[in-house]
Amino acid sequence: MKVTILGAGPAGLYTGILLARAAAGHEVTVLERNAPDATFGWGVVFSDETLGALRDADHQTYAEITDTFARWDAINVRYRGELLRSRGHAFSAISRALLLDILQRRCRELGAELRFHTEVEEPAAAGVDLLVGADGVNSAVRRAHEDAFGTRSGPLGCKFAWFGTHHVFDSFTFAFRESEHGVFQAHAYPFDERTSTFIVECPEETWRRAGLDAMDEAESMSFCADLFAEDLAGNALLSNRSIWMSFLDVRNETWHHGNSVLVGDAAHTAHFTIGSGTKLAMEDAIALTGAVSRHADLATALTHYELERQPVVERFQEAARVSAGYFERVGRLTHLEPPEFAFNLLTRSGRISHGNLAQRDPSFVRALDAWFAGRGPWADGAAIAPPPMFAPLRLGTAALPNRVAVEARDATPASLAGAARAGAGLVIAPLAAVSPEGRVTPETPVLGGTGDWAAAVDAVHSAGALAAVRIGHAGRRGATCPRRVGVDVPLGADGWPLVAASAIPYGPGAATPAALAEDGMREIAESFATGARHAADAGFDVLVVDMAHGHLLAGFLSPLANRREDEYGGTLEGRLRFPLRVLDHVRAAWPHERPLGVRLTVTDWAPRGLTVEDGIASARAVHERGTAFVEVAAGQTVPEGRPDYRRGFLTQLGERVRTEARVATLVGGWLTTPDEVNTIVAAGRGDLCLLELEPA
Amino acid sequence: VNVGIGLPNTTPGADGDLIVEWARRADTGPFSSLATLDRLLYESLEPFAVLAAAAAVTERVRLATMVAIGPLRNTALLAKQAQTVNSLAGGRLTLGLALGARRDDYEAASVAHRGRGARLSEQLAHVRSAAAVQAGHAAGPDGHTGDGYAGMELLVGGASGQSYARMARYADGYAHGGGPPRAFAGAATRARAAWRDLGRPGRPRLWGQAYFALGDVERGNAYLRDYYAFTGPFADRIVAANLTSGRAIKDLVRGYAEEGCDELVLLPTVSDIDELERLAEVLA
Repeated sequence: MKVTILGAGPAGLYTGILLARAAAGHEVTVLERNAPDATFGWGVVFSDETLGALRDADHQTYAEITDTFARWDAINVRYRGELLRSRGHAFSAISRALLLDILQRRCRELGAELRFHTEVEEPAAAGVDLLVGADGVNSAVRRAHEDAFGTRSGPLGCKFAWFGTHHVFDSFTFAFRESEHGVFQAHAYPFDERTSTFIVECPEETWRRAGLDAMDEAESMSFCADLFAEDLAGNALLSNRSIWMSFLDVRNETWHHGNSVLVGDAAHTAHFTIGSGTKLAMEDAIALTGAVSRHADLATALTHYELERQPVVERFQEAARVSAGYFERVGRLTHLEPPEFAFNLLTRSGRISHGNLAQRDPSFVRALDAWFAGRGPWADGAAIAPPPMFAPLRLGTAALPNRVAVEARDATPASLAGAARAGAGLVIAPLAAVSPEGRVTPETPVLGGTGDWAAAVDAVHSAGALAAVRIGHAGRRGATCPRRVGVDVPLGADGWPLVAASAIPYGPGAATPAALAEDGMREIAESFATGARHAADAGFDVLVVDMAHGHLLAGFLSPLANRREDEYGGTLEGRLRFPLRVLDHVRAAWPHERPLGVRLTVTDWAPRGLTVEDGIASARAVHERGTAFVEVAAGQTVPEGRPDYRRGFLTQLGERVRTEARVATLVGGWLTTPDEVNTIVAAGRGDLCLLELEPA
Repeated sequence: VNVGIGLPNTTPGADGDLIVEWARRADTGPFSSLATLDRLLYESLEPFAVLAAAAAVTERVRLATMVAIGPLRNTALLAKQAQTVNSLAGGRLTLGLALGARRDDYEAASVAHRGRGARLSEQLAHVRSAAAVQAGHAAGPDGHTGDGYAGMELLVGGASGQSYARMARYADGYAHGGGPPRAFAGAATRARAAWRDLGRPGRPRLWGQAYFALGDVERGNAYLRDYYAFTGPFADRIVAANLTSGRAIKDLVRGYAEEGCDELVLLPTVSDIDELERLAEVLA
């Protein structure tokens, strides 16, 4: 097969090597516009897991590459003058120039032709059997057929500059420095005996405030060297076209078109903060050449290459997107204490959890657990403590034995006791209506109505847990069939009149609610207070006011459901007025020593609806009115919202609420394992987790 | 996991004799369901009419649309068709509905492509409300209380967050669009998360699907390439996933079972009754 490869970076050269050494005897030409020794950037990182694949693909390059590797197994976090070290993260790095040199030599040795200084404006797939686009993030091969490849690209994450330094770090190092302009961070790692890569990053606003947009290369380098002087131990920074850049996130729906195929950055980029670009590129080369050798038909081979690689790459891209977002917002996390800050950093993309870190670095996790349990300051292995999930939590005067909340299936004593016996520290009774008109379905319990609440609370207490109840009013989502039948299925003629912020029906077939007038609002505010007194009398330890899921109070919050023109509508301040009035009534009626929470919609997940920023402002407002914690909720304000369901789908929102509104949070969002709970609470993403006990 | 088989209603060359014979044999074979695809602008047979024919010659298997493109149809007539097939089948209909991927089907049906999601929600609400009325959970207006919904199961397909929400709001379960077990597992997690978020008790029923060709593989692949030509490069991926050996089928069934699939429908790619027999042998 006659193959032209555009681009002599790691992806192109490695593809060239593997094709040239294949038994089929392919005729391989690699074209590169730059000189053989021109390279930007300093060192590149590999994880251990990649190395096995390289060893099997071409042992000679594997041996040469690993011979010159700098290796380490620790990640250092330098923050607030402290150094926290986590071990068990096996990584290697190599000078990019050296890596390219090894690959070029091997490529030539195997008979591939390398042509440098060869600019290809319009790559021609004609005349060759296979055209490989290994020409990087701005790939000409990709640009020639962007529609066919289905290319989407855009900037991602912070502004960054890629420097070198002769300070040889002893491991991968993240250094955080606060400046008057905002937080800057450096990602540094050694790649040979005398040099380290040193990438400096900050959000674009910080970059502008610091005047870096107007500085030349030397000025910006000196700014960074001064800022990170302590981390660099007085060493200088080195430049190699180290200009400030934005990372370009590239995705393609398909990676092949006719006989053109994309590998590496041309096909996909993954933000450098997860250090996987070179690894993914070389794995692409292995998969592509493997598929070409297995399938006689080229089109089939390219399809199989894509089928093998795309799911893997998508997972990395998702982790990279989350990681890039983390570093953009890390300035908001500087209220975290060093141990939780470091753990939050390590677990940022979801690939490391409390559980697998306990395998990699038992002493770090032991120290973290001990610190979290309040058994003294950070020190390796100094104390023994239960995992974070089992650390008690104080909410006001209430002491929760652990960080797990479980929602009981129904309001019966048996159901509540069952949840407590399962080990939850807080058992939450499902939504109870403050009045019969406020019920969601005919089966929604009503506070002060039937049902033996006191017996249910006793059952929870005798199992060692605290009991909570959510109280609310269904608003325009009322008078529907029981949820085993479906949700928002109207009762029709069996229903009762609905009230809401505005006279807008909730969904298809739903009755139109009456917009509440002042007397109705007064009555409802009082019924919440009465409900709170009933809950207190029944002995509930914690009360949660429902301002979520499009129910009455949430309906007031959202511009999609609240079109009022009086003082209870309009701006967020107006839309908050009635929910806060209700909250004041409840706070006055609920024993002041018992904690009060609010289940709060922090975004509608719908166009023109409540934004996360609105949600954070609302969280702040309810916190100021004496709420001990916010139970984070999102969506369901309107039936056609755009939720993104997955494992832990509320975790990131919850972290923002906790961080930016500085209020304790209860987060759910399909958490099903103790590991998720441990990770969330120890990383300071939430205080209490709603755990699902999956039905058998 | 239960295994069902597709009816050849969108594979070229299927006639009434084949459909009826296929249904008969499926009812006596190792299959728990018999399912149809739905495509307007393609040489194919209309799913509800085909299932009505199947209802007449079967007694045991569930009859499923996997899926039918709801918004192409008028809501009241769709409900009537579903109710009728369900009655003919004695409560064995599984009505799977989704939006479909082809804009030209919408144009051909003179239905706006925009707003199709909201329209599907209306259809689901309509069917679910009628079923609730019949089951005595709600009181419907006059003329809205006809029989025919008992035993009907409702599924929703689609990969967007809205689809999962729609599923959890109105349906009994989720109809996955196909792929390796890992992709099914991801969808199953989303479906369960949505189910819980909407406060439904228990868990959603999970249906999966995959294509097979156990005789003339080339013909089956050519059909898939043609049927999915509108997806461009994705047609090749669908061809690559076609199950063409007993081993591949067994592996997939095992993979889906491990991920909690309740019903896996294997869809034929060749209009040949021997395909059903070969599949029955593999599953025996």
